Amino acid sequence: MATQTEATSRRDIPESMRVGLFIPCYIDMTYPEVGVATLQLLERFGLNVGYPLTQTCCGQPMSNSGDEHNAEAAEQLFVDNFKDFDCIVGPAGSCVKQVRCHFDRMKQTDEVKHVRRHTYELVEFLHDILKVDAFPWAEFQHAVAIHNSCSSVRGLGIAKPSEIVGVPFDKTASLLSKVKGLVLVPVDRPDDCCGFGGTFCVTDEAVSARMGLEKAHDQVRHGAEYVVSPDMSCLMHQQGVARRAGLDLKYVHVAQVLNGGPF
Amino acid sequence: METSKTNREIIFNAIRASLPDMKVEHPGIPVFQRTAAHLQQLFEQHLNEAGGAAHDVASAAGVGTLVKALHPKAKVICSAVPEIAGTRHIGIVKDPHELADVDVGIVRARFGVAESGAIWLTQEDLVVDALGFLSQHLIVLLDPEHIVADMHEAYRRVRLNETAFGCFMMGPSATADVEATLVHGAQGARSLNVIFLPASER
Amino acid sequence: MSIVKQVNPVAAAELFIIQDHVHEPMHDRFLWGTMQRRNQQAAAIPEWEELRELASKIKEHTLTHLDLYLEEFERNATKRGAHIHWALDASEHNQIVYSILYDHGVKELIKSKSMLQEECQMTPFLEKRGIKVVESDLGERIQQLDGQPPSHIVFPAIHKTRQDVAKLFARTIGTDPNNDDPHFLTEVVRNNARPRFLAAGAGMTGGNFAIAETGTFMVCTNEGNADIGASVPPLHIASIGIEKMIPRVEDMGVFLRLLARSAEGAPLTQYSSHFSGPRKNGELHIVLVDNGRSRRLGMPDFWHSLKCIRCGACMNTCPVYRRSGGLSYGATYSGPIGVILDPTFDEFKYSELPFHSTLCGSCSEVCPVKIDISDQILKWRRVMAEKGYLPLVKKLSFSVAGHVFGHPEEYQTLQKAAGPAMDHAPHFLLYNNSLNPWTRDRELPRVAKQTFREWYLANRSEHGNVQN
Repeated sequence: MATQTEATSRRDIPESMRVGLFIPCYIDMTYPEVGVATLQLLERFGLNVGYPLTQTCCGQPMSNSGDEHNAEAAEQLFVDNFKDFDCIVGPAGSCVKQVRCHFDRMKQTDEVKHVRRHTYELVEFLHDILKVDAFPWAEFQHAVAIHNSCSSVRGLGIAKPSEIVGVPFDKTASLLSKVKGLVLVPVDRPDDCCGFGGTFCVTDEAVSARMGLEKAHDQVRHGAEYVVSPDMSCLMHQQGVARRAGLDLKYVHVAQVLNGGPF
Repeated sequence: METSKTNREIIFNAIRASLPDMKVEHPGIPVFQRTAAHLQQLFEQHLNEAGGAAHDVASAAGVGTLVKALHPKAKVICSAVPEIAGTRHIGIVKDPHELADVDVGIVRARFGVAESGAIWLTQEDLVVDALGFLSQHLIVLLDPEHIVADMHEAYRRVRLNETAFGCFMMGPSATADVEATLVHGAQGARSLNVIFLPASER
Repeated sequence: MSIVKQVNPVAAAELFIIQDHVHEPMHDRFLWGTMQRRNQQAAAIPEWEELRELASKIKEHTLTHLDLYLEEFERNATKRGAHIHWALDASEHNQIVYSILYDHGVKELIKSKSMLQEECQMTPFLEKRGIKVVESDLGERIQQLDGQPPSHIVFPAIHKTRQDVAKLFARTIGTDPNNDDPHFLTEVVRNNARPRFLAAGAGMTGGNFAIAETGTFMVCTNEGNADIGASVPPLHIASIGIEKMIPRVEDMGVFLRLLARSAEGAPLTQYSSHFSGPRKNGELHIVLVDNGRSRRLGMPDFWHSLKCIRCGACMNTCPVYRRSGGLSYGATYSGPIGVILDPTFDEFKYSELPFHSTLCGSCSEVCPVKIDISDQILKWRRVMAEKGYLPLVKKLSFSVAGHVFGHPEEYQTLQKAAGPAMDHAPHFLLYNNSLNPWTRDRELPRVAKQTFREWYLANRSEHGNVQN
């Protein structure tokens, strides 16, 4: 009996479905290996993936600071770049949340509505749309603490928020648990914000660093070797704090683990 | 001093001018299904968690014995219940200040709430409201048949139109204002003991 | 020309953090612990999320019909024998209270906790007019003795260690500075306040809820101090914001099940008291206060903040609040609820507050009345940006960024320059604390040699999906 993974490899999903690859600006510049892993991973499922070369940024840094006026051009460029794809996938929860939830100030044309509705974060795309049930090419013999960003948890529903009373679920954990050798470790504060918050981490530096340090200590205390997240921006901040504090933690994106590299 | 009518008018005009256009209907309160089982047990458990304690007695005579055992050094025992005489009957108290020296206050609660361990006391139960708050210790008589499951049921039983004061009292007075450390006996009663005893026939 | 200075929560928070290794970690730990207790209580109620939705809708219904419920409350409370007063603003509230006290010859007043009275700055107003005001709530008393406002709406002195309190009491009440046992400190205030209750000519409370159906208002405390103040002195004055209205008695079942669980992780506060008219041989005055509430009702983006039942759960869950301490917000209301309320009191003074947040959204999830706090914080940022209150550095850099991100060729040019610049910049420039705050507590990320775009162009055709 074929797994869903094998099924998608055999192109049971429409060959005509065009997936647009959205690579956030900071991944493009600082963590290109995450972009490579994402593209290779999607291609393993036989998907028709396109990468618009003129994409820049989703506008989040300006929009989150209330500066809608200066976010407009970036937001419009995003829509122009991706309007012809059936769906758009990006390895970044906060950027995807920006598109789905905060592209609401510009005129809601059919194109804008289409792009907003069909932009997915990578984990939710793999879990909800492709329903991947195996990653036979991947192996990760390490103790892993998951970090789901606040945008992913409370904005995109990647896991049950700890404040809400309900049936627990975690899509990231669900996917990572299918990787050979990977051991998930629990933490005391799974969805307490790590303190990145975009420009917050430089404008509110003392508080941000304290929050990041709390995260790192929590992960170390539970024996994590690696911190894996669908959001590289949070990890960028956490890694910076952990290194300065001399803590021995390594940080990789979920795409890299699920694809088996590059690291 | 009478507030000028203008104030009131200004406020109401400001409110009416600001009311949101989209009116929201009252959702109505659903009835949450509850099991009637174990109410006394749940009541006791939650009362303990709130810092109080519950006791069973065989008869009204047992109350006096229990009170002496719980508060052997009590000098002034002020009772608002017929089952216990105490050293001072609440009926003779004319002014709340007279209750400043009360060691133990004894009252009867109309009902208890299982989900919290709270009891409902009214001005009529206390006779003088301050009895419930100036007494160093409280003894509360409660008929164990008069325990409701939750606050929804509790609010169906209170008669706010019939009393000037009513209080859900859950355990003794408490505070956690210093380093989040729980301390009992902050301003009101230092201890609260519930004694299960049906009301005597009148 | 405004002489009001902007509150700087960032600098204040930093001071709170760096003062030592004791205060901020303790503050964070206590409030996180309170959140855990809240989660446990909530998990024990299968209908918890339904209760939140009910509470939210009841409040929205009440607020969209506020004039009717205020009229009903006034009618019923008056029928029960209470005196109703209406105050447009803080100053009128204080004046009304003073007049009532003056008419009754009251020289000393004892009060329980009221954020509204704090908002109106009632105590200094009365003290200037020769009336002694004593806070009976332990946390409020601590803060009153220290000349500080409360730092948390439920735990006013949660930012202080027991040693801080012991030293304060030694200084102001004359107790042993080395006895920092919370039981001892609590007993100190019990014995200090009790004679004041007995001597006071009036007791003042706030009001957590006001029930229109019966003209009843409610006061919830753990100490029972509000009840002593209401049952001993012959005069009881209650200050209640007009937004505290609740339609019917049965609605209270929903709110009481949510309030203490959200605030402190207990099923109820120790005392939940219902006042309907004066007590036997007593007199009751209720002062209903607007002070900007009707104006807030008219703000489409922000009126939901009026649903607030003052539980403080948003403060307990907010990681920024836990690290900053409530005093950093420089206002009566701190934490997430403070961030969305305070700009309505003074937009310029509190223009920095909406940025003292990561928009993590936890506050919106814990709010028992489902105020969209996090969304309102973002909306306030838009207001501040439009009004030009953004810090200058942000204004300039966003203008540049906005242009660059809107133009792909410029973006790509910038990328090409940034990498080498970072590699060759002198260490002291990159790691200079004031020029680059990132590096005060963090190591810098390393810039990649090849961007993703460059990799794509080198390894994939421009149009497509060539298998690697």
